[in-house]
Amino acid sequence: MKIAVCVKHVPEGHGRIDPASKRLDRSGEGALNHFDANAVEEALRIKGDGDGEVVVVSMGPEKAADSLRKALAMGADRAVLVSDAALAGSDLVATSKVLAGALASEEADLVLFGQQASDADGAVLWAAVAERLRRPVVSQAAEVTVTGDTVRVKRQTEFGYDVIETRLPAVVAVSDAINEPRYPSLKGIMGAKKKPFETLTLADTGVDAADAGEAGSKTEVLALGSPPARGDSRKIEGDANAPQAIVDFLAEKRLV
Amino acid sequence: MSTLVFLEHHGGELQKGSLGVLAKAASLGDADAVLVGGGVSALATEAGTYGAKTVHVADDASLDPPLPQARVDVIAKVVADGGYDTVLFANSVLAADIAAGLAARLDAGLNWDLVDITSDFVGKRPALQDSVLVDVGWKSTPRLGLFRAGSFDAAPAGGGAPQVVLAAVELEEHSRAATIVDQQLEEASGPSIEDADVIVAGGRGLGAPENFTLAEELARALGGAVGATRAVVDAGWYPYSAQIGQTGKTVSPKLYVALGISGAIQHKVGMQSSSVIVAINKDANAPIFEFSDLGVVGDVHEIVPKLTELVNQRKSS
Repeated sequence: MKIAVCVKHVPEGHGRIDPASKRLDRSGEGALNHFDANAVEEALRIKGDGDGEVVVVSMGPEKAADSLRKALAMGADRAVLVSDAALAGSDLVATSKVLAGALASEEADLVLFGQQASDADGAVLWAAVAERLRRPVVSQAAEVTVTGDTVRVKRQTEFGYDVIETRLPAVVAVSDAINEPRYPSLKGIMGAKKKPFETLTLADTGVDAADAGEAGSKTEVLALGSPPARGDSRKIEGDANAPQAIVDFLAEKRLV
Repeated sequence: MSTLVFLEHHGGELQKGSLGVLAKAASLGDADAVLVGGGVSALATEAGTYGAKTVHVADDASLDPPLPQARVDVIAKVVADGGYDTVLFANSVLAADIAAGLAARLDAGLNWDLVDITSDFVGKRPALQDSVLVDVGWKSTPRLGLFRAGSFDAAPAGGGAPQVVLAAVELEEHSRAATIVDQQLEEASGPSIEDADVIVAGGRGLGAPENFTLAEELARALGGAVGATRAVVDAGWYPYSAQIGQTGKTVSPKLYVALGISGAIQHKVGMQSSSVIVAINKDANAPIFEFSDLGVVGDVHEIVPKLTELVNQRKSS
């Protein structure tokens, strides 16, 4: 059983958008997107003590190696980083093409994603990658069970749960409710340095430069603005008069 | 130039979110819709009321399970054959997966988390915990857009019966691989939180799971739905379907009442585009007061029962 986990290196703390490039500023400190830690954890759980392999795959700047090393320290076996100056500014169409290119040669039985990217709030990449790999996809997985060449997923939806079964190879995006990711142990951190780490260029993925980065992107950021400010905000204290004050406020706003 | 809107349905009803997107699309130009499922043909007519001129219907038992990839197959063909230059979706677990699959299939740009779109196709997207409003565009057609829940009112546009066209159902091998073997639907009482004009949400400050009745009774009095924070859903006080925030739903009702919710950023991103926010919390320094229209520093257990009573009195008077 070979499991590939796609992970993202995201800026730490409150992000900022560079006004000149209109892109997220990725120059500062970064960390493994915490939603992806759930996917790494799930891959390690599924692999268990078996003789499978967990390979973590990322597309990002050179510093994304830190996040891949964290995943290796958690217990993943091998890392692949696709890093190339030509990748900057990639949108969904371009990113999914490059990741699918990197994943195609891995031929993993199961490709896992985390629930979303904490920086761009994107929660769609898996479906685009699955489409390019022509594999079944299930998202919002709250439970994943692999039996033979079948994967069974409990999917959280707006309406409750669906239990979905599909054959492997498949793509699954896990919810962050699925598990508690482990912390890397000191032994894990030391061991991670010796694990195989491969860096690919764009050309290695088989994707044309014209299809990646800003050139290959079909969306663009036009301008940055401020969200509309909230009007006058009022604050009251005390329990006794509060109910009437709230009703008066709602009446004034024509909400009751 | 024309726009296609994906109509999502559940339990024999078109979802209000997708009807809102349809009404918005119709206000900007010619809008058609696509409806995919098993036994859904009868729902097509209603779309005319929200401005659809034509509704493409793919009605087949194989499309009954709400899974994305078969829908990508159907919609990709409708877009190609109909020459649509824009395809819009109201966000949901299903719609997000369809939109992204379609983006890869058609090599089409997808902008997500939109709250609005202009007639010249500039999308508005709040970013970085909604501290920035980004104008986004598309460099080519077809343009794909995914809107946050509650971005638009599902206001009937007064259109007549739409032309109904049957869409071809030709599914790819990988689109047929997944099957739903079991479904556990949570019975919702009252409106769903995506559709509600009023949401009363509860957090840790309610103190105990049974105190959610405070939220439920106030929601009933205000004609709204009940929401919950991640913390109380994780603690098992309330179902996941009610979770609002970064890993739950994003809502923008006319009124949001937060009971015992501190207003952590993960919750804020799911509700801060609500028109009016009222917060009751006993901690005067709770962050929620920074983005509330009315902040009440006090005890929810004292205030809410009286508030519910006053609202009920007002309704009956």
